[in-house]
Amino acid sequence: MAAPEPEAPTTAPARAKDHSPWNWLLFIPIVVPLIPAFFNGDSPRVFGFPRFYWLQLAFILLGVGTTTLVYQMTKKRGGS
Amino acid sequence: MWRDHLTEIIVFTFLFLLVSAMGFVAARWRAPKDMAHLDEWGLGGRSFGGWITWFLVGGDLYTAYTFVAVPALMFGAGAAGFFAVPYTIVIYPLVFLVLVRLWSVSHRHGFVTPADFVRNRFDSPVLALLIAITGIVATMPYIALQLVGIEAVLKTMGVTGENALARHLPIIIAFAILAAYTYQSGLRAPALIAFVKDSLIYIVILVAIVYLPYKLGGWGDIFAAADAKFDASPNPNDGILLNGNNQLQYVTLAFGSALALFLYPHSITGVLASKNRDVIKRNMSALPAYSLLLGLIALLGYMAIAAGVKPLPGASAGSVDNNTVVPLLFDQQFPDWFAGVAYAAIGIGALVPAAIMSIAAANLFTRNIYKEYLKRDASPAQEANVSKITSLVVKVGAVACIVFLDPQFSIDLQLIGGVIILQTLPAVALGLYTRWFHRTGLIVGWAIGMGLGMWMLYQVASPTRKHFGGSAFPLSEFGFDTTKTIYVGIVAVAVNLAVAALVTLALRAAKVEEGVDGTEPDDYFADEGDPRVTPGTERDADSAREPVA
Repeated sequence: MAAPEPEAPTTAPARAKDHSPWNWLLFIPIVVPLIPAFFNGDSPRVFGFPRFYWLQLAFILLGVGTTTLVYQMTKKRGGS
Repeated sequence: MWRDHLTEIIVFTFLFLLVSAMGFVAARWRAPKDMAHLDEWGLGGRSFGGWITWFLVGGDLYTAYTFVAVPALMFGAGAAGFFAVPYTIVIYPLVFLVLVRLWSVSHRHGFVTPADFVRNRFDSPVLALLIAITGIVATMPYIALQLVGIEAVLKTMGVTGENALARHLPIIIAFAILAAYTYQSGLRAPALIAFVKDSLIYIVILVAIVYLPYKLGGWGDIFAAADAKFDASPNPNDGILLNGNNQLQYVTLAFGSALALFLYPHSITGVLASKNRDVIKRNMSALPAYSLLLGLIALLGYMAIAAGVKPLPGASAGSVDNNTVVPLLFDQQFPDWFAGVAYAAIGIGALVPAAIMSIAAANLFTRNIYKEYLKRDASPAQEANVSKITSLVVKVGAVACIVFLDPQFSIDLQLIGGVIILQTLPAVALGLYTRWFHRTGLIVGWAIGMGLGMWMLYQVASPTRKHFGGSAFPLSEFGFDTTKTIYVGIVAVAVNLAVAALVTLALRAAKVEEGVDGTEPDDYFADEGDPRVTPGTERDADSAREPVA
């Protein structure tokens, strides 16, 4: 394939795009749902759901929120 | 008796045939001039945008078996079955970080399978072969499980026969149709059918979670009924909450399953079929909508308890088939025609993943066994052809699993499948980040992790069987003074990693040849329209480049 020299300028911004500090936020929805102390209990109940159930369902929103935020903050803007 | 379920059977059959017709038409949907290329047949031309990917990957990960087995687990064991929810939450951030890199490097080099990547990255056909075989072996029972999902529905509708052949005839017919349209349309068939499947499932579940609690006296009563059932049962580990013994198992099972899920070749196929990085990243924030669905479906298990559902008898005398509780719940609580729609949703829900899985397994065979060892100069058209035929063989194998073996055996195999696919984590997932591991270290780690995983699974007993009774390994077996259990897969992959690292250090000290990295750092960020993209057929030509650590 092509020699490495002409490629260098086009690929440098691409790398910066992937190594965003925002990515660290993604560890929140990976770690939080795996700590039973948060959700393994009955009270408080919401609509009759013990905490075990409603809180874990709520973690889905945490996951969606975090991934959406990170996606919005790291996606390439304009024609980079 | 099947005559009592005539309306259900008619609705089920009608919807089933409708999507089958769609499967055949799919070959022409978004099709290029030339379907005789593995990229087209096996990856839909790598052209799928946001919506299609959402349905395809969702249809891939949330299978008929999930819809039947997760509530069945809740019905039988309670809170422990809810692990599916955290499991499907932690997957997406992981994919967001890891699989976009695999997409980029695969796009750049024309890789079709994870083993293609490993072969280039570590310059090791042997390691790639191991990855490919692991993928195929882990996928087969997964396909067979989809049949267990259909079978639970057919059984509830009374469509059963006296002998093995009569009992399985409907499944054989369903799979013959599936095999025919997958052969013709490739990945386009499940992508198109996934729209129908998910629409049906969403309708059924939304109706179920609004209507059933209203009918059964509200969520408070449903949880109370489940609580009463588990209080009365002699099993110490059931209940609507976790206890001190199974929390570690819950968490490690959720995390290990999440890691395993995206190592399965069929999930990777779904990801590689998308047209750019943006589609994948956007989907990782939209796909959890399915997790919500899954959480609600899981609770159908408790509704079945509250409704007093009695599962149908299992294959062996005296056993019960918990997989029938959700179909029975629909049968009891809904009008016949709506139960028919729900059954069709489960039945069609089996076809989408089964098609994608057989395509993924076929691609692995074609790329990493046929092209690597049998016919190195295979043309793209020959590759596509071999894949099509292999996908048929794979499906025949899956049907044979169900017809000739006890379905419970397939469920056990699937359990093993999760543990073995995890052993590809160091080479595939970590390989995307680092080439620090030595190829021989990865091979030795794979072998030790695999052996340990099998040994641990063999030790796990359940009330009905002495070996392979589950994936919860008692820590007391390792000499710890505790009654806690842990997921086998996590232990096996941890040992795999440790061994791979030690062997790597030893080989490096001995200066053993490491091979040449066929990829370069920038490959992991390539996106749609990258000028350096090489067609798959030329991938072997560009392997001679300088090594990158």
